[in-house]
Amino acid sequence: MSDPIISVRNLGKKYRLGATLSHNTLRDQIAHSVKSLWYHLKSTSDGHSTHSKTSAVHSASINSEFWALKDISFDVLQGEVVGIIGRNGAGKSTLLKILSQITEPTEGEARIWGCVASLLEIGTGFHPELSGRENIFLNGAILGMTKAEIKKKFDEIVDFAEIEKFIDTPVKRYSSGMYVRLAFAVAAHLEPEILLVDEVLAVGDVEFQKKCLGKMNAAAKGGKTVLFVSHNMAAVRQLCTNGVLLDQGRVKSIGRAVECIESYLNLGLDQGGAIVEHGIQMNADVLIDRIKVNGSEIDKIDLSGEKPMLKIEVSGRLRKPRRLDIETALTDFIGNIVATCRPGIFNGNTQLVPEGSFELIGVVYLPHFTRGDYFLSIGITDPYVEGFWDFPNAVCLTAEGLPTAVSGPVLENRLGHGPIILPGETKVVRCETASAETNK
Amino acid sequence: MLDSTPPTSSATVERIIRPKHGLVAIDLKELWRYRELFGFLAWRDILVRYKQTAIGIAWAVIQPILTMVVFTVIFSRLAKLPSSGAPYPVMIFAALLPWQFFANAMSQSSGSLIGSANIISKVYFPRLIIPVSSTISGVVDFSISFIILIGLMIWYGVPFRIYLLLLPLFFLVSFFAALAMGLWLSALNVKYRDVKYIVPFLVYTGLYVSPVGFISSVVPEKWRLWYTLNPMVGVIDGFRWAILGPNFEPYWPGFWASLAILSLLLFFGAYYFRFTEKMFADII
Repeated sequence: MSDPIISVRNLGKKYRLGATLSHNTLRDQIAHSVKSLWYHLKSTSDGHSTHSKTSAVHSASINSEFWALKDISFDVLQGEVVGIIGRNGAGKSTLLKILSQITEPTEGEARIWGCVASLLEIGTGFHPELSGRENIFLNGAILGMTKAEIKKKFDEIVDFAEIEKFIDTPVKRYSSGMYVRLAFAVAAHLEPEILLVDEVLAVGDVEFQKKCLGKMNAAAKGGKTVLFVSHNMAAVRQLCTNGVLLDQGRVKSIGRAVECIESYLNLGLDQGGAIVEHGIQMNADVLIDRIKVNGSEIDKIDLSGEKPMLKIEVSGRLRKPRRLDIETALTDFIGNIVATCRPGIFNGNTQLVPEGSFELIGVVYLPHFTRGDYFLSIGITDPYVEGFWDFPNAVCLTAEGLPTAVSGPVLENRLGHGPIILPGETKVVRCETASAETNK
Repeated sequence: MLDSTPPTSSATVERIIRPKHGLVAIDLKELWRYRELFGFLAWRDILVRYKQTAIGIAWAVIQPILTMVVFTVIFSRLAKLPSSGAPYPVMIFAALLPWQFFANAMSQSSGSLIGSANIISKVYFPRLIIPVSSTISGVVDFSISFIILIGLMIWYGVPFRIYLLLLPLFFLVSFFAALAMGLWLSALNVKYRDVKYIVPFLVYTGLYVSPVGFISSVVPEKWRLWYTLNPMVGVIDGFRWAILGPNFEPYWPGFWASLAILSLLLFFGAYYFRFTEKMFADII
């Protein structure tokens, strides 16, 4: 089917800063009217420049607007899983809110063909005084299920959440894990055609996040259309077919998910495959000009091969002589840190780099990783003292797993084999044949 | 989400999301689609009100009875206001029934939107459901009080007249009165938080301006018209008439006038609500 199931054209959302917030009591509104009248009278009577400036500032703060979204246009076909990514404040949640009809757009329009269910938060409508059972009905009804539907799926939901014993206790007594499991269990049993999901994976422990990803995977494979807002690039890479990158309220890139993720990581980059602008500077003494990983383009670096290693080249300038160290951390697709390398601390020595320009090379010897995607975070620090630059999740590393002589199943990180393949062997120490036994 | 259902046919409902300008119509079809939510939210309000209380729903019984006793003592024994021959407790209770429903429903629904801020900002459903279900949750307390009234009537030997059949009609009027106030107040409350101070004041003055402790006939002629503009006057008089008989016939011109005002309040209340609805999620 080539007709879009969601069609967005020139969507925009404007918020008014300051004014709306300060007028939520009649008293404030009256005070504000009196104030503006006062400013107006003053500026017309003396014509003093400072007064008119004050009134200009005053009216500016009243009328300042903020476009959370502007000119957003894209289409979503049925069955696509679209990842909506971008920095904090890019407008992702606002877009979902508009598509969920929670807030109204200021301009433009969106057309949706089909039932929509929004998961903008876990446990929407849960009331702490009510029991788990009552909250399942309440939450389900709020999310759009009919009473009959909820009754039919009740047992499934309780099973999924694993809270059978506590189903009649008030939810305020639940641990946070139970709460989140119950909330997700209800949401997971929605059956809309279109699902809008906003970073719900950000809460909960690792087990829960794995469950969420599993469910979302199943939904995607089942032909549902999903719009998925997330900061977890690995999850986006794993689940999404397409992506929309938002930056400061505008569409920066639309297309295949992998391309959008690359654009996201490249935001603010200069030419040459380096990853400088992406970092956060924490100290003015150190300026980083360029960072290269394995001398090549960023993003996908292959970790296969006999002795995989990373070579990180850093060039920059120092205003004062400082000790410098390149620290790295590898995280898996959920965000767990699986390995760290801090040579200055582990080896116990860091060179003092003189003032002026410098070039550092850091080498990290890697073990063999199971198949999957890993993210490399780089930090430039003075060990034990302070950090200078931080590049979280700067580069994506792909591991294909160990080459095996015999074709067999390749260990995958996401199936719970863990990220690192340990070398080892099995030797037979003792065995006895059957004839030896009868000889006794 | 688990099922791998086949893709939907192309004949599905199209939803257009675009900025709405000016007056917005009330989408009755949509309200019908979400009809179960009315019940669920009302059920939730009732459950929550009596959770973890020692005597639970008994409060719904104690409160009206206590008020009736206090009023009987003050207005009948101390102030010696006339009662046209009916037993004072029954006369008071007949008025308390709709008044308590109205006052409670108005207080609850005025804060209902703010109280549901968490779901308003996260899920879509017609926001009209919130103040309406808040008003509906008062019906349970009303039913309990009604049973007490029957008990009182039997105790004091008040005959069961045919007029009682009119009671549901008058109840409907009080329901719409509460709903009208609820719509206005809840919508205003979202933008102007002063409303939460205005409501107790309205309830407080309303109790003395409406014929709860006294009967309408004591009101002097020159104040009659202004007095009957209060919609609850018509309702309470109607209740008394239905329960206690022909001695309590309401002042009909006033009744129709207050009904007209009520209809206007309700109509414009609903439209004001829809008009401000689009901003709820942004400013709540």
